[in-house]
Amino acid sequence: MKNFAYFRPTTPEQAVALLEARWGNTEMLAGGTDLLTLQKQYIAQPARVVSLNAIGGLKTIAVGERSASIGAGVTLATISSHADLRRLFPALTMAASEIGGPQIRNMGTLGGNLCQRNRCWYFRDEHSPCLLRGGNTCSAIEGENKYHAIFTQNHRCVIASPSTLATGLIALGASAEVLGPQNRRRNVELAKFYTAPVGPNDREHSLAANELVTSVTIPVRGLNSAAYEVRQRQSSDWPIVQVAVAFSGGRNGEKATGVRIVLGQVSPTPLLSETAARALEGRPINEANATAAGRAAVEGAKPLGQNGYKIRLVEVAVKRALMLAAGLPRYWEA
Amino acid sequence: MIELETTEAGPSRRQFLQGTGAAVTATALTGFAASDTPAAELQPGGGGPVPAVGPGAAKITLNVNGRDVQTSVEPRVTLLDALRNYLDVTGCKRVCDRATCGACTVMLDGKVVYSCTMLAIEAQGKAIRTAESLYNDGKADAIPVAFARTDAQQCGFCTPGFVVAMKAVLEANPQATPAEVERGLQGNICRCGTYEQMRDAIYSLCNTKRGN
Repeated sequence: MKNFAYFRPTTPEQAVALLEARWGNTEMLAGGTDLLTLQKQYIAQPARVVSLNAIGGLKTIAVGERSASIGAGVTLATISSHADLRRLFPALTMAASEIGGPQIRNMGTLGGNLCQRNRCWYFRDEHSPCLLRGGNTCSAIEGENKYHAIFTQNHRCVIASPSTLATGLIALGASAEVLGPQNRRRNVELAKFYTAPVGPNDREHSLAANELVTSVTIPVRGLNSAAYEVRQRQSSDWPIVQVAVAFSGGRNGEKATGVRIVLGQVSPTPLLSETAARALEGRPINEANATAAGRAAVEGAKPLGQNGYKIRLVEVAVKRALMLAAGLPRYWEA
Repeated sequence: MIELETTEAGPSRRQFLQGTGAAVTATALTGFAASDTPAAELQPGGGGPVPAVGPGAAKITLNVNGRDVQTSVEPRVTLLDALRNYLDVTGCKRVCDRATCGACTVMLDGKVVYSCTMLAIEAQGKAIRTAESLYNDGKADAIPVAFARTDAQQCGFCTPGFVVAMKAVLEANPQATPAEVERGLQGNICRCGTYEQMRDAIYSLCNTKRGN
């Protein structure tokens, strides 16, 4: 790892003042589970590291009647075991409890999970050409791409969006509170937070390099929600496909409204599937309707050479996430 | 005759050469002339500018197995490397060094973390516990005893991580079921595949019969 100067601010404003307008020379450190690995691989080589871990204000959870706010520094373990969050936002807490193992959940934070770098092995291998590291070609498009995007239209870089909290938070209509220079604050809907990167000056999200996510706000709307992921191992693994859903009603024959179905790990950004939502809007959630929504979710998918199998996984994950959110029997656990 | 070593006034030729060599080496290694900058204050007072620590080595204090110990590390030194290479606390092992295998597992304020993926400088002010803490006054904790009795290790390299992870679960919840203990081990890997013997150890620790 390249050596760096280390800063430990105690307020968000101090932290933002230490950031730079361009990515690369200065990095923010929270749980470190992503950054330190990138540094060891020489993918990230910051000369300055700004630790966010002494900023007390980033570690609070406030649950109100109309909305809940979770500090960006709250750990995944805290989110997954928080009684109010589990009751109100299963799509978030179910996903949080499945990330990595206990060590990762004790270290990783909400902000870090939302802003983590992608898992493409060409991006993470310093010797492979990669658009995001300044190369002129994407090695994954013709290479080993079984874990990459299947919605690849108009994308020169075919990474799969990595955050499993982003999908649930988008389904729940959450937004990020962002602090920038000169105390400039803005609120960004998480549905609009992510952008597909194409070059070395881009990240997987729309934050400027000198902006900091301080917290995430989730409206309390009494939605039924859930997250479901397909993975190769039960323990400590990345999902191959992940789906989060949220809707009003939908149980016991009641119509589901405001349906939001978000697909993760299948395109460079989390994908809010309009076709799947449309297939379900105004209908009760049952196995047949959930199956139809799953089929609708993969309309338009354009997989790469090795990842056509993900299409079937998305269909099934959408169906199971909907059934979980509707409280229907888990037929797959029989 | 040429007198090579003058000891009366000023540095000797040998001392001068040694000193220069050290400085050149330090510059080459770190890219900074001052390789051993004085320890900077970690916590800025009030709203002033935040001081930088490093890139040279800075003094840190770690609380390891109940004892405050001091050393001097560059900011990039991980907690694992500080424990093993600076403080000679070698229970935690370096295997994958990428937050995956769990051999480096230590407890920080009672919670398990991967020490390979945390900066040593960030572990200050926390109670760090390694596998060494499971051996006190010549007596091993019930967990390593159960491991030995059930033959729950082969090469043994992953064992310190497993026993620390297991200790964290059983300390947080002494009534934990075998399934709950197993869930607490999701972040640890044994390449020898001694999981079945570890299950025996877990069942004996939970006072439950296998198969229940």
